[in-house]
Formats: sequence, structure tokens, C-alpha cells
Amino acid sequence: MGIIVKIAGPLVIADDMRGSNMYDVVKVGTLGLIGEVIQLKETTAVIQVYEDTSGIRPGEPVESSGQPLSVELGPGILTKIYDGVQRPLDVIRQKSGVYIRRGINVASIDRGKKWKFMPEKSMKKGSHVSEGTIIGHVEETPLIKHFIMVPQGISGKIETIKSGSFTVEDTIATVSTGKKVEKLTMMQRRPVRMPARYKSRIPSDSPLVTGTRVIDMFFPVAKGGAAAIPGPFGSGKTVTQHSLAKYSDSKIVIYVGCGERGNEMTEVLTEFPELKDPQTGRPLMERTILIANTSNMPVAAREASIYTGITIAEYFRDMGYDVALMADSTSRWAEAMREISTRLEEMPGEEGYPAYLAKRLAEFYERAGRVNALSGNVGSVTLVGAVSPPGGDISEPVSQGTLRVVKTFWALDASLANSRHFPSINWLSSYSLYIPQLSKWYQTNMGENFAKLRDDAMQILQREAELKDIVQLVGADALPDTERLTLEIGRMVREDFLRQNAFDEIDASTSLKKQEMMLDVILHFRDMAARALDAQVTIDKIVAAKVRARIARMKELKEEAAKKEIDSIRGDTDKEFAELTKG
Amino acid sequence: MSVMKFEKEYKTIKSVAGPLLVVEKVRDAAYNEVVRINLPNGETKLGQVLESTDKFAVVQIFGQTSGINISDTSVSFLGDTFRIGVSEEMLGRVFDGQGRPIDIKAAITAKEKRDINGEPLNPVSRAMPKDFIETGISTIDGLITLVRGQKLPIFSGSGLTHNDLAAQITRQAKVKNSTEDFAVVFAGIGITHDDAEFFIRDFEKTGALKRTVAFINMADDPSIERILTPRLALTTAEYLAYEKDMHVLVIMTDMTNYCEALRELASAREEVPGRRGYPGYMYTDLASLYERAGIVVGKKGSITQLDILTMPSDDVTHPIPDLTGYITEGQIYLNRELANKAIYPSVDPLGSLSRLMNNGIGNGKTREDHRGVADQLYGFYAKAKEAKSLSSIVGIEALSDIEKKYLKFGENFEKRFIQQGRYEDRSIERTLEIGWELLSEFDQNDLTRIKTDYIGKYYKKK
Repeated sequence: MGIIVKIAGPLVIADDMRGSNMYDVVKVGTLGLIGEVIQLKETTAVIQVYEDTSGIRPGEPVESSGQPLSVELGPGILTKIYDGVQRPLDVIRQKSGVYIRRGINVASIDRGKKWKFMPEKSMKKGSHVSEGTIIGHVEETPLIKHFIMVPQGISGKIETIKSGSFTVEDTIATVSTGKKVEKLTMMQRRPVRMPARYKSRIPSDSPLVTGTRVIDMFFPVAKGGAAAIPGPFGSGKTVTQHSLAKYSDSKIVIYVGCGERGNEMTEVLTEFPELKDPQTGRPLMERTILIANTSNMPVAAREASIYTGITIAEYFRDMGYDVALMADSTSRWAEAMREISTRLEEMPGEEGYPAYLAKRLAEFYERAGRVNALSGNVGSVTLVGAVSPPGGDISEPVSQGTLRVVKTFWALDASLANSRHFPSINWLSSYSLYIPQLSKWYQTNMGENFAKLRDDAMQILQREAELKDIVQLVGADALPDTERLTLEIGRMVREDFLRQNAFDEIDASTSLKKQEMMLDVILHFRDMAARALDAQVTIDKIVAAKVRARIARMKELKEEAAKKEIDSIRGDTDKEFAELTKG
Repeated sequence: MSVMKFEKEYKTIKSVAGPLLVVEKVRDAAYNEVVRINLPNGETKLGQVLESTDKFAVVQIFGQTSGINISDTSVSFLGDTFRIGVSEEMLGRVFDGQGRPIDIKAAITAKEKRDINGEPLNPVSRAMPKDFIETGISTIDGLITLVRGQKLPIFSGSGLTHNDLAAQITRQAKVKNSTEDFAVVFAGIGITHDDAEFFIRDFEKTGALKRTVAFINMADDPSIERILTPRLALTTAEYLAYEKDMHVLVIMTDMTNYCEALRELASAREEVPGRRGYPGYMYTDLASLYERAGIVVGKKGSITQLDILTMPSDDVTHPIPDLTGYITEGQIYLNRELANKAIYPSVDPLGSLSRLMNNGIGNGKTREDHRGVADQLYGFYAKAKEAKSLSSIVGIEALSDIEKKYLKFGENFEKRFIQQGRYEDRSIERTLEIGWELLSEFDQNDLTRIKTDYIGKYYKKK
């Protein structure tokens, strides 16, 4: 038992702490606030406290749990909303009302609820099991089978295994390790700051299909990859992150709201239960876990929230699921790190951030990946981190540290956002380094044309940007007709394809197939127009083509109706140009 | 401010520097505990514990440090964090930046005493703001729609008409089909006597004053007091909203002064400065104010925040507007160029945004075509700006027909849609009407951001 000797904001120093370990969880003061040991000096320990320290006095006790900061994993975790240290916010509300009372002690996973445990057929007395072996499952939600795995540090032969209804604390199996008999429950604990183990990494070979056209067509992220989305305020980071959480084809979604607006979490909480998973028709919430440390919640828990999220993601990856984790915003996480570092009086690095910022960022993003899990299944964690650079200037340390480790970069552009071009992902400065390793997937699943369309359209956009610079100097009239056509086609790609309304029921998400058809028709228009130009049709007539209004409204087409209408647009394009050329 | 039990008095001041006092031999001061500083001449000042150890405490003083000396001044630790006594009697009253009445009326009887820092609202307890507030101002209602429970700051600059705009919103704001109680809580942070006068008189004129609680820290009041003022206001607002079921509009002005007080305090504490000398925790600190807007499940009232900040040299990337924009649900951006053209309100739609707009508009709330009309107006105005900058290089003659059309749209949009009188209260129908009049200058096929059905219904054929 230690004694508090100093309090300064979220940092508390306690004496008589001999015997505690780095990163042990401690209870601080008579209120029992949750904290974590982050420095040890002789008999004193520096503790970062995950709750507001107002009213705490020197002399109050500190009690160490002897355990590192961990999360509880087991059935009952899906659909939950947790705070940064995995306390369920709905249970806190039942206990402490609308505000979060300090020192409240609640279990992360419901202890009373019974789950129907189904053992694996292969698991019998005498079966050999080791860390990560799947011994059975629970149908946690109609969308997700929750596999029960042998926790870390246990291997041996099964003595007994049961089936039936159990709580997460009931013994469902016993394992003889040779030395003793271990009781297994459906719940396990994992320390958050340690990456989970796996057999081997395997290269990612399929894209995370998001339904957002600019991402899927031009800047995809692989399942198991990492992407960063930096942008100034109002450029649509959160809307894009929400879109990914809603429409991406990952099996499990973990959404970490780190130091952001409370109402954004409310929005997710009210929207997701009503949105249906396109594949199964079940509420999206059934595959989702939310971690919320909003900007008015204690700053130290913000630092922990990112780790809480990724540890839960790894757990589902180990079962063999494709997991996507959205972290919004990693800048707030870095700032929390900076605040703690400042209070520790560490020598600051760039812009006051600690010198180990880049290392922490890299460690975090390296926890993404596609792996051969200890269970023998293949699973992946895809990370998408929002970055909020001050003033939108990405030359700052958090953006730079992030860009060094991620392979997909979605550059949000304030000027696009201001003209209400959303998603405001700039097509010239964004990039994805995953395309080569995904090319085989596109070839098999989408056909040859897909990659061609992508390259073709990208060339048009790049040429358009060059031409626009010239237009700025001399006006569009000075350009030859072929280049004025490129400007028009560039505009069509931007406005009729890239621009997407995340709040429109139909436009919010587009299948790859429809994306391909849309772009194909625009480029077909380009081909016909180029031919017409050769046949002395004037650019003004081409620009005024009637079919363009229908191309502009392709995004309003429902998936099932898309093919018929787009085919008809294509046919009518041919007809209209035939008329024009005839004169 | 309240005096508490367990008073402990110390005469062991070791140092005074800026607003900070170090008091020795204090073994168990609570973090954030309130202290009273007793000067030899009988005067008292309030302070708060910033750092507490088993040997000394660091205290921040709200007020001037003149008159404090090391030998004769004592410090009483009052045993509790900063609290304000709140009650409905506060409506119609004016307080100073520390919460002491400055009108001549009697002291108020507190119904309860509340910690001014509040507590973090559980995100699960929040209800989504979705009631459209009609301000009667076209740019706001039409393009940057405000909803009840939103925090929407005005990004302004010195000399722009943010005060007029805030006063006009306060005068005209209403929620359709709602007869519920409303109140205004006004926090003047480091504002001039003129500005304070302007607001109070305007509230008086419209009768809003008797529904208003004002906390005013004047420009010549101690700057450290500015840390308290918004917190007193928000605590009062929370009481009125969640205990007395009122819909509270909180106006805080000028947040730039607040941030400067924060910086002053940080430098007195010799903290490692962040960008432009502002402390690294300014984001968190501002969030602890702005996030107190909202609606709570199961409570009838709400808190809507309209915070005014003046951007130093109109720079939106300055840390104050920058961090604010990352926390608030959008911003109303005032533009000097428009102001110079004598356009009131000089709201620049392109830099402005309301993140909660979609919750408050559409069928049954405003009108079905609202989203489309807003997007289309935005789109054309952005194109008008492009055409404008192009024409300044190549001349109007070199513009294409459509670009000339955009240019003309831009001018009409500024004159007819943005510009309106200070006492002109336009209904949302009228606002959309003007929008359609402007849009109908274009061919129907050009209106790609509006659904075809709505074009058929609202487009004005010549």
C-alpha cells in the first residue's frame, strides 16, 4: 500500500510503492481512481490516473493490483460501448446517472449472462490444446460466432469439456498441463500494451471493400493494411471513418473515438442499430464494438483507449476474422502522450511531443496485419487512423510519423471540402502502395478492365490538373478542343464519379461492380467524344450532349437497377454521337 | 462563492510570482481545492490549488496579486473545489467574472452548490440534437443550420459584426411548435464595457433580459478570472437546462481572451509551451467547455452554445480557431471581404459548416429539398469564386458563358441571399424560396445536386 505525495493534474506520485511493476494498474486515493504506473524511482511510483484527480490529497492511499492494464475478452463484448479503459458506459449510466462518477467499479463483461457454449467436435478428453486453440464457440450475435480460445500460457491435454449454458466465469473445460489442472472459462484477459502472438505474418492479398468510390477505385487499403487520413477540421475525417465502419466488408468493426466529440459517439450509437449489414440484413451494431473517450473525458484514458481497441481487434483476428479498426483521432492520442510527457518533465522533441512519439506510432500501426493465428485460422486487422494536424498542415510530427508507417494515404483537402466536394480526398496527393499486391485479386474478381479504367481515369485527372494551371493563365478558350475535352471529362470523373454523398441512402455506398460500370460509361463517353471531335463536331455540341445529365445521375441508381440504366446510357451515348457526327 | 467547512489557515507563503503562490508546510491540500487569500488590509482573494505535495502547495490566484506579501498574508484552504450556488433567481441578474452580483439587487439564495468544472457527460447519456432552430438568417438557416444542443462558434475578426450577429440570433431564434421555457446565459470574457453594454441593452430591449443570466469579466478585470467565467456560466446553464427544463442558449465571448488567459497561466507555471506559446493541453481544456453543450436523455432542457472568437489577424489556422474547430460542431465564418462590400451578415458559406445540419433539416423539419438546395448553392458559389479569381487574371471577356453565369450568380447570391437586415427575420420557406429564385437562373440539367423530383416541384420556370 502506497501513500500519495504529490498530485498535479492526471499525474500522481506515490511513495512506499516498492514491489510494484511498471504498467501495473493501481487504485488511487480513497475514491479508488484507476491509474497505471508509468515510472518507478526507488520507492516512489509515478502514476497516470485515468479519472479526474480533483479533491485528491497527499496522504491518501494507493493500492496496486499487481496486474498490467488489461482488457477482458469473451462473449458479451460485441455491441458494447466502452470507455478508454474498457468500462462499459451503459452500465456506468445505470449506476451513476448521466455523468460518469469517479472511481466507479464495473465489470467489462457481464458476469450474470449465460451463453450457449458449443464445444468443437474434435475436442475430446485427451485432445492436445495450446495457446490460441479454438475449443468451441458461442453464437454471440446472429452475425458473429464468438470462438473460445485457450488463453495465453496454457497448453496440455483436455481433461473435461462441457456443452450447455454458462456464464463467462463458469468452467467449460479443464486442461491438464502435466503439472496441474487448469480451469478454462469463456473469458480471458490480455494486457493491452503487448501485441498478441501469432504463428506468422502473411501478405495481404485482398482489398478492404469500402463502398466509397474514390477509395475503392483509386486508393484501396488491403485487408490487414494500414491507412492514414489526415485533414483539417471540417474536411470529413469522421464522416469517412463512419462510412468505413458502416459499409466496409470486414467482419468485425472496432471504432475508437479518441478525444473527439460526444455527439459523434451518440450518432454511431443511434445510427448503427438501425443500419443493416448489406450481406446479412442484420443490424450493423452486431459486428461492432465502440471505445469512446470523448474530448471531455479524462486525458490519460485517451492514451489507453487506442491500446484497448487494438487488443480487442487482435482477439477477433486470432479467431480468424477480418477486423477493421478505426481510430479517430490519433492526434488526440499523441497529444495525451505529450501532456503526460510534459508533466513528467521529459525532454521534449519536436513541437513538445515526446521523443518516442514516432516509435509509439510505428508500434501501433505495426499491430495491423494479416496473420496465421495460433488457432490455425487466418485473420487480419486493418487500421485506419485519422490524424488532425494543427491548421491542416501535415508537416507536423504526428502526420509525419504516421506517413512513415502506413501504405495508404488519404489526403483530405480543405478547398475541396469548402466547395462541398465530398469525400474531400485529394486524388493527386493521395496514394496507395497496396495496388500491386492486390492486382491479382482485382483480376480474378473484377476482370481485366478494372485496372485499365483506374489508370485511364487517373491519367485524365492528372492531365486535367495540368491543364487547369494553364487555364488559370490564359483562359479555357485558348486551349485546343481536344484539351478542352480532357477538362470536361476530368470534370465528369470528379463530379459524376468521385463525388459521393455519405448521407444519401443510395449514394452512401457503391458496389465495386457499379463503380466499374459508372467509370466505364464516362470513359466510353470520352472515346465517343474524341471520335466526334475528329469528325469535326464542335466541343460546344459535345459539352451540351443530352446524355450527360443521365451520367450525372448514375449515382442515384439502386444497385439492382444500375446495370440496365447504365447499359441504356451507353447505348444512347452511341446514338447521340452518331447523330452529332451525321450533323 | 461559497465558504466551506474544514478551513485551514497557513501563514507560510514562500513565493509569489505572477498569479502563482507557493505555500509551504501544507501537507494535504486537495488538488483543485479552493483557497482564500487574506491580505493584511482585510481584503480577500480567491485561488485554487494547481499542484499539491506533502510539503507545499502551488496556488493560482484569481485576481490581482498587488498587496500580497510574504510575511503578513495568510492562505485559508477551504476544503472543497470551486462551486457556485445556483437557483432560478439568477435569471435577470448580472454577475462579475467570479460570480458576484454586480447589479445593485440583493444577493441570491442558492438552491444548490455545484462544482464549476462539471463532470464528464457519459456519451451514452447524450441524445442526438435534431430540433431545427430558426434564426431567421438565410445563410445560417439555409446553409449552416443550427440545431438545439449544438455548439456552433462564430469565427470572426476584430472589427467585424459578430456582436450584431449574435444579438440578432438571440433575438430571433425560435423552434417551431415549441412553447417551452428558454433562457440565455451570457459569459463576457475580457470584453470591453461597450460590448457588455451593447449586449445587455439589446437583451433589455427585446425583453430577453429577464430570462438572462450574465457573467461579465471586463477587459480590465484580472485575466486569470477568465478561467472561471465560462465555467460559472456553463454550470448555471446546466442547472437551468437539466434541473429546470429550460432550453438554454449560452453565448460566450470572446474565447480568444479566454485562451490568452490560459496561456498567461501556463507561462507563469513555466510549462513547456505548445504552438505559439499556448499550452499543449489547450485542446482538452477547450473541450471541457465546449462539450458541455448538448441534450441529455430523459431531460427536457438543452444547452446550445454560440461562442464568439476573434481570429488573430483573421488567421483560421491560428491555434485558437483551429482547436475550436476540431471540437465544435461546425463554425460560422465571418469574412472581411464580404464585410468590406458592406454585406451584413458577412457570413462566408464556404468556410462555414454545421455538422449537425442533416439532423435538423428535411421533410417534416424544414423542407424535403433543403439539403439539395443547400448543396447546389454551395456548389455554384464555389464555382463563382473560381470564376472570380480566373476573371481577375484573364479578364471577364475570356470567360466561357457558363463561367459568366456563375459570376453573376455569385453576385446575386451575396446580395439577395447572404445580405439581409439586422432586424429582418426570414422564415425558412422564404430562405429556400430565394435559393430557388437564384438556382432557376440555371438550366434544370445543371442542378445535379438536387433530386429530379424536387426540381420538378420547386424549379421556377420562366
